[in-house]
Amino acid sequence: MSSVTRVVLAEDEVLLREGLVALLTRFDFTVCAAVGSAPELLAAARDHRPDLVLTDIRMPPGRRDDGLRAAVALRAERPDLPVVVLSQYVQTGYAAALLDSGDGQRVGYLLKDRVAEVTEFVDTLRRVADGGTAIDPDVVRQLLHRPRDPLAALSAREREVLALLAEGRSNASIAGRLHVSEAAVGKHVGNILLKLDLPPSDDTNRRVLAVLTYLRADPAS
Amino acid sequence: MTTEHSSHLAEALRRRRWLISAWPWRALAYLVTTVPIAGFLAVGLLVIGGPMLPVFSTLRRHGRPPSIALMLFLITGSVVLVALAPLLSFAVAAVERWRVRLVDGRPLASSPWPGLAARYRSAATWREVAYLFWLGGFTPVAYWVFLILVLLDLGMISSPWLAGDANQPVVIWQPIDSTGEAIPYAIVGVLLIPVLWYAIGLLAAVQAAVARWALAHPVDAAALREVARSRTRLVGAYEAERRRIERDLHDGAQPRLTSLTLQLGLAQLDVPEDSPAARPLAVAHDQARGLMVMLRQLVHGIRPQSLTDLGLAGAVRELADAATIPVTVHADPHDELPEIVETTAYFVVSEALGNVARHAGATRADVRLTRAGGDLVVEVTDDGHGGADPARGTGLTGLADRVAAVDGRLLLSSPPGGPTVLRVEMPCRR
Repeated sequence: MSSVTRVVLAEDEVLLREGLVALLTRFDFTVCAAVGSAPELLAAARDHRPDLVLTDIRMPPGRRDDGLRAAVALRAERPDLPVVVLSQYVQTGYAAALLDSGDGQRVGYLLKDRVAEVTEFVDTLRRVADGGTAIDPDVVRQLLHRPRDPLAALSAREREVLALLAEGRSNASIAGRLHVSEAAVGKHVGNILLKLDLPPSDDTNRRVLAVLTYLRADPAS
Repeated sequence: MTTEHSSHLAEALRRRRWLISAWPWRALAYLVTTVPIAGFLAVGLLVIGGPMLPVFSTLRRHGRPPSIALMLFLITGSVVLVALAPLLSFAVAAVERWRVRLVDGRPLASSPWPGLAARYRSAATWREVAYLFWLGGFTPVAYWVFLILVLLDLGMISSPWLAGDANQPVVIWQPIDSTGEAIPYAIVGVLLIPVLWYAIGLLAAVQAAVARWALAHPVDAAALREVARSRTRLVGAYEAERRRIERDLHDGAQPRLTSLTLQLGLAQLDVPEDSPAARPLAVAHDQARGLMVMLRQLVHGIRPQSLTDLGLAGAVRELADAATIPVTVHADPHDELPEIVETTAYFVVSEALGNVARHAGATRADVRLTRAGGDLVVEVTDDGHGGADPARGTGLTGLADRVAAVDGRLLLSSPPGGPTVLRVEMPCRR
């Protein structure tokens, strides 16, 4: 990770924007620009070429998914630009649009509520800035809800591991979370990839993305 | 949605329970109370119309009227009759409107006395006059025919006893001398009772329909349209208001609450674990987080944000994503739908999928959004065990109310053993 992470922040509600600036500053991020609309976000991100873009979805001018569209446009220009998007509610379609943008890595899709878990939120930002992927547990849960035959083959523990995997966590972090050894996690991950018919690979992102892509597929097809 | 209560006779006639319901008795009461009124009118018509017949036949045979005096009487009588008819018909129509309630629960609005001149000018008046002639001229004939049929049937039923008198052969179609010969007639007679019972209903229904047609005070269609329009406006205003509330909460309250929670989270970082402030701060942080979840659900209930962002088809796909069973969504490309229709359709699908998950024991469901004519049709099908009953409070009645508010219909087919099909049709007039 670079010594200082430079962030461009977009959030239309002033109070929350200031709160986020305070949060980022406290954790040694540099906020290059804090803006309140999608066009300003585009301009600021092109100007400052930040290490991370953090944006709300619903923003002026359209007050619909303008923030998300801006993020996707930025990643079309710079496929490796790390972007974290905040969403007021779970919407798998948005997560999918984000994962389909750029190189499919260095993206985060989080519920706005996660901002309240200050340290976890900051960890997530760092993970994405460092090339990881973070999908909100709620989104993952919704994806896992989909009853699909290959998924049905997974044990309860494997599902847990898969959910944590999809959040972009490392094996060590999963091991800590589930209070098992890292080797056990490695075995679980291997089994999951086997059961889901995915070629084993050491690249966490690729695994997550493969899993997510798989889960995103229309269950009826 | 069918109800067991018919609002009027013609509807009740189509029900299976007609014969054992109270309706035939109401029809009978209607017919019986018709007799004095129709009789009175028939006598009036006969006084004038009776002499007319020989006059016309004389005219045909001899080419000239029988006598000047008679002609004068008849002409004067006719003129007086026509002149007085609107006055008489006003009273008769009032009685008839009241009486039709015996077989028709739908109120028949009466017009107040409009003033003498206006009375003669309005078309409604002459419709009432026509009704007078119909009641005095045609109804008695129909009643007589019916009475003869009833007497004939009574004769058939009682023929075994009458035929017992050996020297009194009863004639129905042919002479009958013995009880044995009469039995088949009696059986047929008994079997005909339900037929007559239905005929009573039919007669009363026809009469009530004519009364409705002739006596209905013409409703001001423009006013009705205006009422319908203002209702649409009201529903539209209500929807706009919901949207405004949702926007204010989403753009104002929600981010501020998030910001508050964030500040509390930041404060926690700098408060040592053992400080007396740590615990209340942690509690406040938790409460604020809980409030965020609550507010999010509240806003979603007012107007789902996915609807605003993705349109109906996209929002429904999100619902299908969140369902616990596989749900396929088929959506025709829509042009712009009225907002209220969109919201209603969304809640229909949401509620229906919730019901499927809770009650149906289904393994899969289908959602179809199609346009039929000017309507939006929403169909939710599942392969569960069926038997959904709106009366059991599965939220279906509330849903039906919601659909009715936009002038739509909700249809449900859920036989035991499934499949269940919920179909909602909503007009999309802008």
